Amino acid sequence: MYAVFVLVPILLTILYSFYHWNGVGPMTWVGLKNYVSVFQNPNLIETVFNAFWLVVWFSFIPVGLGLVVASVMHRVATGRFGAIARTVLFLPQVIALVAAGIIWGWLLALPGLINQILEAIGLGAITRAWLGDFDWALPSVGVIGIWILLGFCTVLLSTAMAKIDPALYESARLDGSSWLQEFLAITVPLLRYEIGVCLTVTVINAIAAFDIVYVTTAGGPGNSTAVPGLQIYILAFTQRAVGLASALAVMLMALVIVIILPIQRLNREVSL
Amino acid sequence: MKVGRFELFAGRTLLLALMAFTILPFSSIFLTALAPSNTLPRGFEWPAEPQWGNFVLAFKQAHMPALLVSSTFLVLAIVPVSLVISTMAGFAIGLLRIPGANVLLFLFVFGLTIPFSGIVIPIYILERAVHLYNTRLALVLPLIALYMPFAVFWMRAHFVNMPAEITDAARVDGATTWDLFWRIHIPLARAPVSSLGILMSIWTWNHLLLALVLVEDPTMRTMAGALGAFQGHYATDIPLLCAGTILILVPTLVVFVLFQRQIILALLQGAVKG
Repeated sequence: MYAVFVLVPILLTILYSFYHWNGVGPMTWVGLKNYVSVFQNPNLIETVFNAFWLVVWFSFIPVGLGLVVASVMHRVATGRFGAIARTVLFLPQVIALVAAGIIWGWLLALPGLINQILEAIGLGAITRAWLGDFDWALPSVGVIGIWILLGFCTVLLSTAMAKIDPALYESARLDGSSWLQEFLAITVPLLRYEIGVCLTVTVINAIAAFDIVYVTTAGGPGNSTAVPGLQIYILAFTQRAVGLASALAVMLMALVIVIILPIQRLNREVSL
Repeated sequence: MKVGRFELFAGRTLLLALMAFTILPFSSIFLTALAPSNTLPRGFEWPAEPQWGNFVLAFKQAHMPALLVSSTFLVLAIVPVSLVISTMAGFAIGLLRIPGANVLLFLFVFGLTIPFSGIVIPIYILERAVHLYNTRLALVLPLIALYMPFAVFWMRAHFVNMPAEITDAARVDGATTWDLFWRIHIPLARAPVSSLGILMSIWTWNHLLLALVLVEDPTMRTMAGALGAFQGHYATDIPLLCAGTILILVPTLVVFVLFQRQIILALLQGAVKG
């Protein structure tokens, strides 16, 4: 079953990518032409750049911020307060991404909460329909990603942090080390493996993003938030360009592997 | 441990601010859901006359009873089958170390990195060809398969870490492989199996892409898939949309709060081992 629904489809996707096909009619062999089209069509290649941008928002920021938050928790909120904070931060991780998308679609709308807050603190001048703005739509989607993934990273990292020998921290504190010194000298190096895990999970989330973008912006305005996952869906199921969509799908899968491998390699070296 | 007063204050303020960042979106849609249907309220204000009826309205408009039946059916069809397959596969790969175990393991690990959108096209074309399209089975079969990399990996991790003494002792007492599996290791695997079950139920409930592509009728989709359709119809009626969203996310939140420990542990361990 795994073979039929996962392995065979991977091979079929690769196969389709060499054809020009609308899904029902005859298939024409076109060789690498679909791949050339992906690279030449600015709308398609832009989705790949957008995916890289989302990696910053969905991966680097949540992992970096999660690291800081976890270590802050470790120092100032070891008891019940920390446990509650972890639970609360984790909440967005369990709800459907569609629901998250709808929630934020409303928050970021013209009469939504974000603009209301901005007005309240005297920044009424910069309010806008965030998701409908060419420059701001992608960062706005990125903020949704932070909201969803921050809790996951924080909880994962803080669980790992709890396993670090407290004697290390105690001796550091006896020497009068500050939070920053502790953070850089003990926490980050010892958590390299978990940081790698966080990066892996979040990078896959970023590059393969579909649900949130589909619900909030559907790729717009223009093409400013189009990502490969969404573009594949549009090409294959509304424009009937199965070959082209498959070529993009192959590139998406390759992209994930190319980005994940170095992170994994790094991990393995650490664990040796 | 001594921490400076200022640091304590700054740290806790940061945590509180982030908690507010997490909670505020939920509160905002809750308040909006109480505004009169078909009006455009502000993002955050207590409505003059809270319209609790919106929830009832959304419940009806979204065909919620049919959806609940559908999603429950999907979960019941997918999760037990996945659990049986992945437990057996995990047992075979992790404990029995059948020939080719490493190759199998590699194939599954490889599967962990595959985005759903990478393989959705062939699945669609295959299902059209065998007339599975637009049936519930159209979702059940591929979702079982797509959960397998994680599920098998997860169960393998459990079986690999079981002390060999247990197996050896049972063998000495003359246990067959089936006895070993069914009478010794299954009872011991209850915790990881149940965590995995909870996780897969939530994932099924929340799954969008395949539901969108493989099932035309929204009332036969997953909850998330139906919500996607609901959004299409009621994009302009924000209060109703918010009410519908709340109805759909409350069950997962309840499950989360009930099984918090297991879910967090499961997600984390799954990720770390993956």
